[in-house]
Amino acid sequence: MSQDDPKENPSARRRFLAQGAAAAAGILAGGGAPGHGRADEAAPPGIPDWTKAPGADVGSQTYGQPSRFESGIIRNVPKGLKQYISASSRTPLQELDGILTPNGLFYERHHGGIPDIHPARHRLLVHGLVETPLVLTLDDIRRFPSESRIHFLECSGNPGFEAIKAGRTASDLVGLVSCAEWTGVRLATVLREAGLKPEARWVVAEGADAAAMTRSIPIEKCLDDALLVYSQNGERLRPQQGYPLRVLLPGFEGNMSVKWLRRLNVTTEPAFSREETAKYTDLMPDGTARQFTFVMEAKSIITRPSGTQRIAPGFHEITGLAWSGRGKIRGVQVSVDSGTTWQDAALQEPVLTRALTRFRLPWTWDGQPTTIASRAIDETGYVQPSFGDLTSIRGLNSFYHNNAVVPWRIAASGEVANGYA
Amino acid sequence: MATRRVAALAGAALLMGIGGGARSTERLGIGRPATQTEIAAWNIDIDRDGRKLPPGSGSVAQGRAVFETQCASCHGSRGEGGAGERLVGGQGTLASAKPIKTVGSFWPYAPTLFDYIRRAMPLNAPQSLGDSDVYAVSAYVLHLNGLVPDDATLDAKSLAAIRMPNRDGFVSDPRPDVKP
Repeated sequence: MSQDDPKENPSARRRFLAQGAAAAAGILAGGGAPGHGRADEAAPPGIPDWTKAPGADVGSQTYGQPSRFESGIIRNVPKGLKQYISASSRTPLQELDGILTPNGLFYERHHGGIPDIHPARHRLLVHGLVETPLVLTLDDIRRFPSESRIHFLECSGNPGFEAIKAGRTASDLVGLVSCAEWTGVRLATVLREAGLKPEARWVVAEGADAAAMTRSIPIEKCLDDALLVYSQNGERLRPQQGYPLRVLLPGFEGNMSVKWLRRLNVTTEPAFSREETAKYTDLMPDGTARQFTFVMEAKSIITRPSGTQRIAPGFHEITGLAWSGRGKIRGVQVSVDSGTTWQDAALQEPVLTRALTRFRLPWTWDGQPTTIASRAIDETGYVQPSFGDLTSIRGLNSFYHNNAVVPWRIAASGEVANGYA
Repeated sequence: MATRRVAALAGAALLMGIGGGARSTERLGIGRPATQTEIAAWNIDIDRDGRKLPPGSGSVAQGRAVFETQCASCHGSRGEGGAGERLVGGQGTLASAKPIKTVGSFWPYAPTLFDYIRRAMPLNAPQSLGDSDVYAVSAYVLHLNGLVPDDATLDAKSLAAIRMPNRDGFVSDPRPDVKP
């Protein structure tokens, strides 16, 4: 740092003096930010060190990593859990731009840890109500006609109804959603290869992980937009996302997109597995529980400014993400006055079916305390509900499928905090 | 050999194409047929009615012993929970402000208990228990919930015959249910 300081470094001081007139003109013209009285060699009129010597060799990282200055942008892993075999970690949504989640930051939810699967030894068994039960290798599966699509995946409990008061950041609150371009084969194509019998109504998918995760998928979804995917954002699936093969059910709760897929059992009835009876069912105030609640309803969150950030009065671009399991996002409305009025945010193209959609709204903060929030409207006309409207129907104990509006409270200091806390 | 398999599949596809509906046409000849032995070795799905439960049986007493060595360190000796979930109690709480969801209070089908224990428990060594031990642990957990007597022995028939208290507690998805 001292090299940048003209008081301590004679050559920097000479440059500073020689170029002082130009620098002063730049500051007066608005080119310098307040508080930048100290000359930084990397800022004009200086020339940065990294310009004056060659950088690292080509291929010095054979699998590229983010800049070392971004080492704080990591998965949000809860601390102090009783065990980490069945647990989750969240995407740092507030640190990301665009709609695609980097593979290394994709959210995780595993029920029996992350298996280390050798792709050449992995097999997919397709059996049950099919004409020809099949054993497929990964090479076999890559021979099928392929398809790439961009879709979000979201954990069913994102967040739980009680947890909505505890989260501090956007990631804490809804970081169990991520979005990627997936490549694979249509599930319908694989089922057609085995030959579905007319009485087929469900397909029970099972993972090769230690949980042998089991979920039942209605045949209509299997024959519609369901995929068996082996790639994610152009490269092979990460182990955390089901390497070497997973189900991808666009718009359905993430748990159903069974990872590490090893078996598809075509049946007349659901399996009624633990994960679709004891779990992933929504307990209502009357004591009944809703079952087979597959679709993730429309939702949005402002990622900037968001919880734990601090803003100054003046211009800010409000930006965030919206998505719906029922299709495309039609619009996102943003309130900057604690919900009194709502205005339309701009949607960044492309707006894709069952994908994250980026929204933006220019805003000048006057320095007065307020609350900002977003609400999504999808192509079916469904409007993202407030937490009050949601819980007036479902109570506080249904845990799953909480898609309530997330308000951010902005204090006079500029500190942004969870509006529910 | 691979060529013969592909030829055989192509022949099968032709037959299906003639005789079958739209669902069974357009085969590409990818993969190989699975044998019944292969399917039997991998297919561990148990349906809710227990029709696919395997042979074998286990008593509450056996289950208590297996549970103590394999399960109690996480779930507690009496299924009261710990690092693992609570398994016992909570009947009558589902409509309260503090519902307690356990095997006894919430799970609708007893055969699902067998399915889950066999496929995924214990967490550190899944699929390590034999079928009779799985019957026994199921019997013990059901006994702790007051659903079978202390001297019970469960097999495919008797496990499937147990009527769980919350069997009729599930409803279908009515969403969209929240209007703005």
